[in-house]
Amino acid sequence: MLAEFGYGVLVVSFIVAIYSGVTAVYGAQKKSAALVESARRAMLLTFPLISLSAAVLIYLLINNHFEVAFVYEVTSRSMPTYLKVTAWWGGQAGSLVFWSWLLAVFTSAVTLRKWDRDIEFLPWVIVVSAITLTFFLGMTVFFENPFARFWLVNGNVEPGMFAPIANATLFTPQDGQGLNPLLRHPGMVIHPPMLYLGFVSFVIPYAFAMAALITGRTDDRWIRITRRWALWAWLFLSFGLVLGGRWAYDVLGWGGYWGWDPVEIAAFMPWLTGTAFLHSVMIQEKRGLLKHWNMILVILTYALVIFGTFLTRSGVLSSVHAFANSPIGPFFMGYVTLTLVVSVALVIWRWPILRSETEMKSMLSREALFLLNNLLFMSILVVCFWGVIFPLVSELFTGQKVTVGPPFYERATAPLFSALLFLMAVAPLSAWGHSTVQTLGRAIWKSVIAALVVVVTLFFTYTQNIGALIGFFLVALALFTTLREFWRGARARQKAQDENFFTAISRLMGRNRRRYGGYIIHISMALMAIGILGIEIFQVETQGLLLQGEQLNIAEYTIQYRELASWDSQSEGVNHTRAVLDVYENGIFLGQLNPRIDYYFDSQQNMTTPGQRSTLRDDLYVLLVDWQPVSSAGATFKVFVNPLVNWLWLGSLLFLIGIIFAAWPDRDPAEETARRNVIRSNQQTSAAD
Amino acid sequence: MKMNKFFIGGAFILAAVVYLIASSTQASAEYFMTVDELKAEGAPAVGKSLRLSGAVIGDTIQYDAETLNLTFEVAHVSGDNNEIEAQGGLAEVLYQAVNDPSRQHVSVLYEGPKPDLLRGEAQAIMTGKLGEDGIFHADELLLKCPTRYEQAVPEQAANGN
Repeated sequence: MLAEFGYGVLVVSFIVAIYSGVTAVYGAQKKSAALVESARRAMLLTFPLISLSAAVLIYLLINNHFEVAFVYEVTSRSMPTYLKVTAWWGGQAGSLVFWSWLLAVFTSAVTLRKWDRDIEFLPWVIVVSAITLTFFLGMTVFFENPFARFWLVNGNVEPGMFAPIANATLFTPQDGQGLNPLLRHPGMVIHPPMLYLGFVSFVIPYAFAMAALITGRTDDRWIRITRRWALWAWLFLSFGLVLGGRWAYDVLGWGGYWGWDPVEIAAFMPWLTGTAFLHSVMIQEKRGLLKHWNMILVILTYALVIFGTFLTRSGVLSSVHAFANSPIGPFFMGYVTLTLVVSVALVIWRWPILRSETEMKSMLSREALFLLNNLLFMSILVVCFWGVIFPLVSELFTGQKVTVGPPFYERATAPLFSALLFLMAVAPLSAWGHSTVQTLGRAIWKSVIAALVVVVTLFFTYTQNIGALIGFFLVALALFTTLREFWRGARARQKAQDENFFTAISRLMGRNRRRYGGYIIHISMALMAIGILGIEIFQVETQGLLLQGEQLNIAEYTIQYRELASWDSQSEGVNHTRAVLDVYENGIFLGQLNPRIDYYFDSQQNMTTPGQRSTLRDDLYVLLVDWQPVSSAGATFKVFVNPLVNWLWLGSLLFLIGIIFAAWPDRDPAEETARRNVIRSNQQTSAAD
Repeated sequence: MKMNKFFIGGAFILAAVVYLIASSTQASAEYFMTVDELKAEGAPAVGKSLRLSGAVIGDTIQYDAETLNLTFEVAHVSGDNNEIEAQGGLAEVLYQAVNDPSRQHVSVLYEGPKPDLLRGEAQAIMTGKLGEDGIFHADELLLKCPTRYEQAVPEQAANGN
C-alpha cells in the first residue's frame, strides 16, 4: 500500500507543480497579486509533498521491500541502514526524485525571501522553477517510477506500478542486488548529492535571469540577488568534483584522480561556465558591461546542468559511470534543446536593452583581463564539449566512430590552464578602466623576480623538466602576487587605522569578503596546480611478486612484505584479505602499510583498498594485486609514488574554505546594510559587498 | 577603432584554440571498433590507436601475478546503443555474445593489476593497439557489468519459478 501512496503523492506534486507554473503565468499577465500568491503557495506545497514521497521511498529502502523494483536494484539485506538511506540516490529513479526534492527545497527557500523590491520577478521565477520541477517529476511519474513493483503474471515476473492483470500477485525477491561495493565509500556516498546540490542550485540564478529578461528589468538586480546562490552552487559543485576525484584516488586503484571520463566532464562543464559567470558578473556590477554575455553564461550553465544530469544517467557515452541505459535520454535532449532555444530567443528579444553602459577601452584594464579569463574558460569548455561529442560528430561525417582519450584533453587544456594561472597572477593587479604595461610592470616585478628565484632553485635541486618548471613558475608567480595583495592591503589599513597587523588583516578580509575569499580561492588553485604538476609529471610506478620477507625498491622507498591474512566476516558478507608491509626510506623504518582486498559475496566483486602513506612531499600508494592462499608463497603488489599530490587535496580544502568565506551569509542583513552605509559615507572606499 | 584591437585579440585567441583542438584531436584520435570491424580490417589495423569493445569470456581469463600479464578473449558485441536496446539491453546482448560460438573473438593482453570488475559477461572497453601477433595490446581497460546494476527482473524468477 505504501508504494501506491508514495506514487500517489508524486503524482499530486507533479500536478501541483503544473498548477503553480500555469497560475504564475496567468497571474503575471492579469497583474493579479492573488493569483501569483496562489502560485507561490503551490510552489511551497511541493516541498512537503515531495518530502513525504521521499520519506516513503526511504522507508521502503530501509525495510527491505524488495517487491519494489528500485529497492531490489539498489539495496540488499547485508547493507547497513545508512547505506540503505543513501541508496536513495544510488539509482536513476531515486536520483530523479532526489533532484526534484532539492529543487523543491531551493525554490521554497527562494519564494520565502522578502520580495518587496523585486515583486515583478516573483511570478517568472516561479514559472521557471515550476517548469524545471515539472520536467523532473514528469520523468519519475511516467518513465522512471521508483515505486514500480514486481508482479507475478502467469509465472513470469513483470515490473509495473499496478497489477498488469486482475489476479496478478506481488512478487518479493529474497534479497536485493545491493549497492556496488565500489560505491560503498564515504566519499561516494556524499559525492552525488554534492554534485546534485550544485546542479540544482544553479537553477535559481537562471530563473532570476529569465525573470529579468521577461520583465525587461535588465539592470544588475538579478545578479545581486543571485550572487550568493551562484557561489553556494559553485561550492557544492566544486566539492562534488573534489570528492569524486578523491574517491577515484582511494578506490579505483589506478593511482589517479581524474580520468577525463565523459561523465566527469559532464559535471566539469557547468563548473567551467559557472566559474566564468562568477567572474564576469563582477564586470557588470562594477562597469555595466557584458550584460549579454552574462545572460548567455547563465543560460549555458543551466543547459549544461540538465545535460550533465542526463549524461551521468543515460549511458549514451561509454563511460565507467554510466551504469544505466534508459528511455529518458531523448526527453532530456528535447528539454535541453527547448529551454536553450527559448532562453536564447528571450536574449535576442531583449538584446537592445542589454546594451553596455560604458565601453571597454584598455586591453590591460581589469575588465579586459576578466574578459580574457572568460574566453579561456569558454575555450576549455569548447575543448571538453568537442571531446565528448567527437565520437558522434565523426560518426556522422565519416561513418566511423573515433574517440579522443585523456591525452587529447591534457594536450589541449594544458596551455589554457597555464594562461589562466598567469592571468590569476596579473589580473588582480590591474585597475578598472585603464592600466598600462608600466603600471602593471611596477606592481608585478618583485613577484616575478621571486618566482624566478624559486624556479632556479628548483632547477638545481628538484627537476630539469621544462614543462614542470614553467608550471612551477606560474604557480609561484600567482602565489606571490596574491599574497602580496594581502600584505599591501593589510599594511595600508595598518597605517590608516593604526591597528596591529593581525587586526588589520582580519578586518580587511572581513570587510571585503568576496574579494579576499576570491584571493584565497586563487591561492588554493595554485596549490592544487602544484599537486597536479607533481602527479602528472613525476609519478613513478613499479610492480612485483614478493615472497615473504622480500623487498621492493621505488624512489627513496623500500617496502618489505611481512605477512598476509585472509578471513571471512559473515555479518558484513565480505572476505577480507590484508597484507602487512614495512616501509623504509634510506634504511630508516617509517611504518607499516596495509593494502587490502575485500571480496563481497552478494555482488561477487572485489574492492581493492590501497595502503597509503601521505606526506607533503609525496604519496606512497601500494595496491595488493594478487596473492597465493599460503602467504609464504608470495603476493603481488603494484606501487606508485605520487609526488606532491597532497598539495592537490590541501588546495581543495583551502578552496572550499575560500568559497565559504566569500559566500557566508552576513549576520543580520538590515544591520549589515546600515553599517555599510555608514562606512560608505565615512570613507570613499569601494567597500564590501 | 577602439573595438578593433579587441576583435584582433579575440580572433588571435580563437585561432589558437582552434589550432589546439585540431592538433590535439589528430594526435590522440582513437578509432572505435567492434571485434567484427577489427577482424574485417585485418592487417591495416595493426599499429593504429584503437578503442575496442567486446564481451569478456570468463573461461579465458588468465592472470600471471608475477608479470601482471592479464589475458582474456572478448566476443563481438554491437557498438550501436540502439541495436543493443533492441536486442534486450546490454546484459542480454553480452550474455548472448559470450554463449554464441559463431561470434568472432579477439585475444587481449593487458599489463597491470587485475581490475575488480573483470569477469565473464562484462563489457570491456579497451584502448590500445592491435599487434602483429593478432593480439590486442590494451593500455587501458574499462569494464561494465550491467547485470548487477540494472537487471529489471530478479534472477529467481528468470530461472522459471
